[in-house]
Amino acid sequence: MSSSVLFDAPGPRGRALTRIFNVIALILFLAFIAYVLVIMHRQGQLEAEKWTALFTARAWEYYFIPGLISTLKAALLSVITSLIFGMAFGYMRLSTSAPVLWFATVVVEFFRAVPVLIMMIFFWLFLGKLALFSPQQLPFIAVVIGLTLYNGSVIAELLRSGVKQLPKGQGEAGLAIGLTPGKVLRSILMPQAMVTMLPSLVSQFVVILKDTALGYIISYPELLASARRFGSGEGNILQTLVLAAVMFIVINFALTMLATWLSGFLSSRSSTGVKKADGIPGEIDNPNPATIAIFKLPKN
Amino acid sequence: MSFGEQLSTLFDTYNVLGAFWVNVQLTFWAAIGSFIIGSVLALMRISPVPSLQFIGTAYVHIFRNTPLTILMTMAILGVWTQFQLQLVSDFKANFFIYAVIVLAIYHAAFVCEAIRSGINTVPVGQAEAARAIGLGFFPAARHIIFPQALRGSITPLGNTLIALAKNTTVATVASVAEASGMMKSMIEFNSDLIFVIFLIFAMGFVVIVVPIGILTTWASRKLAVKR
Repeated sequence: MSSSVLFDAPGPRGRALTRIFNVIALILFLAFIAYVLVIMHRQGQLEAEKWTALFTARAWEYYFIPGLISTLKAALLSVITSLIFGMAFGYMRLSTSAPVLWFATVVVEFFRAVPVLIMMIFFWLFLGKLALFSPQQLPFIAVVIGLTLYNGSVIAELLRSGVKQLPKGQGEAGLAIGLTPGKVLRSILMPQAMVTMLPSLVSQFVVILKDTALGYIISYPELLASARRFGSGEGNILQTLVLAAVMFIVINFALTMLATWLSGFLSSRSSTGVKKADGIPGEIDNPNPATIAIFKLPKN
Repeated sequence: MSFGEQLSTLFDTYNVLGAFWVNVQLTFWAAIGSFIIGSVLALMRISPVPSLQFIGTAYVHIFRNTPLTILMTMAILGVWTQFQLQLVSDFKANFFIYAVIVLAIYHAAFVCEAIRSGINTVPVGQAEAARAIGLGFFPAARHIIFPQALRGSITPLGNTLIALAKNTTVATVASVAEASGMMKSMIEFNSDLIFVIFLIFAMGFVVIVVPIGILTTWASRKLAVKR
C-alpha cells in the first residue's frame, strides 16, 4: 500500500488526530453535497417529474436502450477490429526486417499522436464524399475506424512491450532448439506476452467504450446523443445526461475491476509477473509514444 | 488554380495556427488546473483519514469512467443553460473557461493516479531509513519520499499531459473555436483538398504531442532513481 511508505503505524495521538480529521472532512463533504443540492433545488432541478421521467417505458424503449445498443455495438466491433489491427502491427513492430519495422513504427506512432476526434471527423467526411455507404451508416463506420486506428496502435505497442519485457532466455531457448525467429515469436514469445498484457488490454476497452461518446460529435446516435434528444424534449437535460454518465460509469467500473482482478490472478500464475493494472487505464497506462523516436531507422 | 495557390488561399481564409493556439492554451490552463486538483486528490488518497480516502477514490472512479464528451455536454447544456451560470460576461471567453474547467476536472483523476503510482515506486525501506535516522513525518516526506516519488511519476504525468493535449479537441462540443472544429468546416468548404487538410491537422497534433513525449522520456531517464 502506498500509505505505508509515508505513514508509520500511528500511536494514540495519531489515531485521535485521524479520527478528528475524519469527522471534519466528512462534515465538509456533506456540507458541499448539501450546498449543491440546495442550488439544484432552487433551480427546480430536483422536481420529482424531472427524475421520474427517466424511468418511464417510453424513455427506455425509444431513447436509452437504442442509444446503449448503438454505443455497445460500436464499442464491441471496435474492440475486435482494434485487436486485429493491434496484432498485425504488433507483429510488424517486432519484425526483423527494417522496412516493415519502419513502416509499422511510423503508422503506430502517427495514429497514437492524432486525436481520435480528428480521425473520426476526417473519415466521416471522407467516406461521405466517396458515397460508398448509406448516410445512416456513415457515422458508425467513421467511429469504428477512428477507434480502431488509435486503439489498435495502442494494442500494438502493448504487445511489443509485452514481448520486450520477457526474459531474454525465452527467445534464446527457442532459437537454440532450432526454431526460426518468426516461429519463436509466434509460439513462444507472443502467447506469454498476451497473458502479460491482458489487464492493460481490458483497461483499453474502457478507453474504447468512453471514446464511442465522441461519435456524438459526428452525429452517431449513441447513448449521449439519444440522452440529449430525450432531455431536450422533456426539459430534463441535466438528469438524462447524469443517467447516461451513470451507465458509462457502471460498465467501465466493472471492466476496471475485471482488469484489476485479472492482473492479480495472472501474476499469481505466471513466472514473468504481470504489469500492474491498478494504475491508470488506457491512454495513460500505455508506454510513452516518444520512447521510440519516429524517424529513427533501426540499426540492422 | 494550382495546388500551391489552393493551399495558400486555404491558409489565407482560415487561421489554422490561431485554432491550434487555442488548443495549446486549453492544454496549458487545464494542465495547471488538473495538476492542482490532482495533487490534492492524491494527498487525500494517500492520507490515513478514511473519509478523505473515500472522497478521493470516489472522485477518481467517477471521472475516470465518464466520457469527456458527456462531461463537456453536461457543463454546457446542463450547467450553463439550466443554471444560467455565466462565468465571465464575454461569450467566447465563457465557453473557453468552461472547457478548461471540464478538462481540468476530468484529467485531475488521471493526474492523481499518476502521482500515486509515483509514490508507489518508492520502496518502504526508504521511509523506514528516514524514520531510523530520526526524521519526522514532514522532513521525511520533503527530503526522502517526495523527491523520489516525483521522479517516478514523470512518465505517467507526461502521458496524462499528452492525453490532455489531444482531448482539447473535445472542447468543440463547448463551441470553442479550436482545431477539430476548424478542420471540419475547412473540409466542408474545400472537399477536394480533404487529404491535405487532414494531414495539416494531424501533423499539427504530432508536432504538439511528440515533443512532450520526447521531453518526458528524456526527463524520466535523466532523473530516474537508480535502484
